[in-house]
Amino acid sequence: MWNLLQIELFKISKRPRTYIAFAAIAAIVMIFQFAFKADGESYMNLMMQNIQDNFELDKSKAINGYFMCYIILNTLLIQVPILIALIAGDAISGEANMGTLRLLLTKPISRTQLLLVKFFASFIFTVVLLIWMAIIALFLSMAIFGVDDMLIFRAKGEESQILQITKDDILWRYFAAFGYAAIALTVIAALSILLSVFAENSIGPIVATVCIVIFFTIVSNLNMPIIDKNVKPYLFTSYLVGWKGFFYIGINDEGQPIKGSIENWGSIRKSLGILLAHIALFLGIAIAAFRKKDILS
Amino acid sequence: MNTILEIKHLSKKFKDLTAVDDLSFSVNSGDVYGFLGQNGAGKSTTIRMMLTLIEPTAGEINIFGMSLSKNRHEILSKIGAVIERPDLYKYLTAYENLKLFAKLSNINVTHKLLMDQLDMVGLADRSESKVKTYSQGMKQRLGIGIALVHNPDLIILDEPTNGLDPQGIADIRNLILKLSNEMGKTVIVSSHLLSEIELIANRMIIIHKGKKIVEGFVNELLDPSKTLVELETTDNIFATSVLKKSVYASMIVDVNEKIRLTINKHEISTLIQFMVESKIQIIEVKPRHSLEDYFLNLTKPE
Repeated sequence: MWNLLQIELFKISKRPRTYIAFAAIAAIVMIFQFAFKADGESYMNLMMQNIQDNFELDKSKAINGYFMCYIILNTLLIQVPILIALIAGDAISGEANMGTLRLLLTKPISRTQLLLVKFFASFIFTVVLLIWMAIIALFLSMAIFGVDDMLIFRAKGEESQILQITKDDILWRYFAAFGYAAIALTVIAALSILLSVFAENSIGPIVATVCIVIFFTIVSNLNMPIIDKNVKPYLFTSYLVGWKGFFYIGINDEGQPIKGSIENWGSIRKSLGILLAHIALFLGIAIAAFRKKDILS
Repeated sequence: MNTILEIKHLSKKFKDLTAVDDLSFSVNSGDVYGFLGQNGAGKSTTIRMMLTLIEPTAGEINIFGMSLSKNRHEILSKIGAVIERPDLYKYLTAYENLKLFAKLSNINVTHKLLMDQLDMVGLADRSESKVKTYSQGMKQRLGIGIALVHNPDLIILDEPTNGLDPQGIADIRNLILKLSNEMGKTVIVSSHLLSEIELIANRMIIIHKGKKIVEGFVNELLDPSKTLVELETTDNIFATSVLKKSVYASMIVDVNEKIRLTINKHEISTLIQFMVESKIQIIEVKPRHSLEDYFLNLTKPE
């Protein structure tokens, strides 16, 4: 299995398409960093237009490396699934399209092994991509903008909330958030691999994954009681942004933030459980289908 | 002779299409076995079932005396195959492709082994070139190199000369003969060209629309003095049992919907007389001139 995984990672590392994701993330992050360095105050004014009359804020301090990373993650973690689908959606269908699938399967390896290895390789790609994001979105931002306390703007029901987290209480939250994001994005990888099993070319599963994510995300963002209750709990996209929970700091009775706390651990644990269940479900169906599939490519 | 491969009553249906229909044959150790049929006859489907790429609808495949469905891993580790086009990872070099597939075969992979293999198929000097720069013939040779890298006992080549120029075809033919004559390998080669099979195979089978037409030794089946005769009777089972007990037993090449014999032309009248005397009620006796004519007729566009 380890031998097979090494081979799979070698193949991924040799494909030019792999590096598109890294280049795309670097480009987007750097545009953000440049824009905020040049005119970050306009963004802060926009964010605080409703509350700046009764809230004093040193905007130059508010725009710091931690805040920048939060803004970037908020934007990128919706786009990154597309980059994951580029690799995972190609896992089986790409081999079928190239004609190498039939050669692979005439070797003494089981189909379950091959599919699991494809999944683990996609997982490793996801983790490496997130480490890359951490390096340029977090550490590079910290180097460019410095570090300070972080302000989080949160919409809670019909209210807007500003949470302040002290600078010595932030870094661990980012590590936890990236860990959560790795699980969330692995759901996308598992979905892409599942779709990949049924296709003979890469485009189909990649486009299908992106369409499903976009459609489910739109539904997840609809604010209608009937959808909130009956649909959203069953959509994996409802849990993709659960990483934000690590930044929702607990508040004491005096309304002061409690250092090192998280407002709703239970919700994060539940979201993680649902995401892991989705991974198991997608992977289980993929293995069952792949084992039965006639290889005609 | 050891039987390396035994196929019994193999069938494959794709919804309404029967691609392979009750096919039975066997391949012996050391054979270069020609698997002949026009395009769409069911050759590739049969080969894919022999390699576990396609699940049979019915029937049994035994290789090296073991059931394929129960001993897949062990059997596949002793088989090398090239199926239709030699599709490889175009963004990798020939050396990287070979190394990758050698590792999948669970063998001790050394630089020397890989270079020797590339040398055998005439690609040592292009080992570091990416496969996307290779011609069709070079890809085919690399595909065969990959099929042989783990020193398999059985080699299955599905249409290995497809798309090759005359020199490429000759190279592959010589390589197959070398594998058989010098290395003692058992080789199954599929083709839609009788002339190709005639040059390399010692035994062969012809299939048409998924069914076996004939099976036997190439030199006997293609003997120009012999004629293929198709018999249809009111009771083929009875007719077959009578013929199998007669002097005609060794001439029977296939018993299916029709009884087929290869026989000298001047013996046909004696055969008919024998059948009449044996109370076999004949519906039709159809001489097919020669197996070659018969095959050409099969492959002729309608």
